[in-house]
Amino acid sequence: MITCGKEQIIRILRAIATEIEKNKIYLTELDSAIGDADHGINMNRGFKSVVEKVASVEDKCIGTILKTTGTALVSSVGGASGPLYGTAFLYAGKELTGKEELYPADIKTAFQAALEGIIKRGRAQVGDKTIVDTLSPVVDYLQSNLDNKPKEEILNDMEKAAGKGKDSTKEMIALKGRASFLKERSRGHLDPGAVSCYIMIKAFVSILGDEK
Amino acid sequence: MVSIVIVSHSSKAAEGIKEIALQMAEDPELKIFSCGGSKGGGIGTDPDEISKALENAYSKDGTVVMADLGSAVMSVEMIIENMPGGKGHRIRIADAPIVEGAVLAAVEASGGGDLKKVLASAEAARDMRKIEGG
Repeated sequence: MITCGKEQIIRILRAIATEIEKNKIYLTELDSAIGDADHGINMNRGFKSVVEKVASVEDKCIGTILKTTGTALVSSVGGASGPLYGTAFLYAGKELTGKEELYPADIKTAFQAALEGIIKRGRAQVGDKTIVDTLSPVVDYLQSNLDNKPKEEILNDMEKAAGKGKDSTKEMIALKGRASFLKERSRGHLDPGAVSCYIMIKAFVSILGDEK
Repeated sequence: MVSIVIVSHSSKAAEGIKEIALQMAEDPELKIFSCGGSKGGGIGTDPDEISKALENAYSKDGTVVMADLGSAVMSVEMIIENMPGGKGHRIRIADAPIVEGAVLAAVEASGGGDLKKVLASAEAARDMRKIEGG
């Protein structure tokens, strides 16, 4: 069964920060092709701030940790990904108030709430070449019966769903955000938001997979 | 009187739009606040600055926000949602071109229009033609 404790949440957030920093230049390059060339820089600044802010709420419930994450992203990112990822973490956090440990149903609810937050804020749907294309297949997968599946299988399937979704953005024409101004010229490039979301899900998978 | 907040990705654009709108409205009572640019002064939006502008602009008659690109709209929406004490209920984002909308909103607000009217005036900018028959 898949579960996720409070300490693991903190480790996931730190792992996201490390991976985003490693991919800072790559994300910015993706964004310079179809956006305003700041996604890597913005996300790196955002998750640095998350790591700092979260340190003071480590002993609080998972809901508070995720809400703190959201607030840190909102006030530090500077681009569209601030309100988008910020809302995602705030909404997920609201669902997890008082929780010290997450079970399959909580994980399902949290990812679902995160997706709803992003859709509400960005008004995007699958196929628009956005974060939603990575996150939505993961949420769909989590709707299946997880209770009897081994953790390794769930994590592997989550990463696969996210990766496939992320890759699907390459041939899409952007319908949201700055990239949509490029119309046909946005085709042939991965969406930077879809990629940063994939990096985040990979960090989630790797930390949870780490503990036998 | 309804107040107006201009949110742009550029502080110069926001300040300039405010200047144009104030000049058209010619009303010393009219309150327009501008904010733009990221924290470092680059192109972007700074939610903390937007938050302050919305606080400063607070009027019991309401506030109309004019925003430029998508993330400016998203930042404003997010701040309104999280404002304490239901203050966000009297703030509306106009779905309109930012310059024309700001001018129309300023004229309507200075004429004493209520929140609904100021918002409708700003949104009428969507249908403004610039070249006859164009």
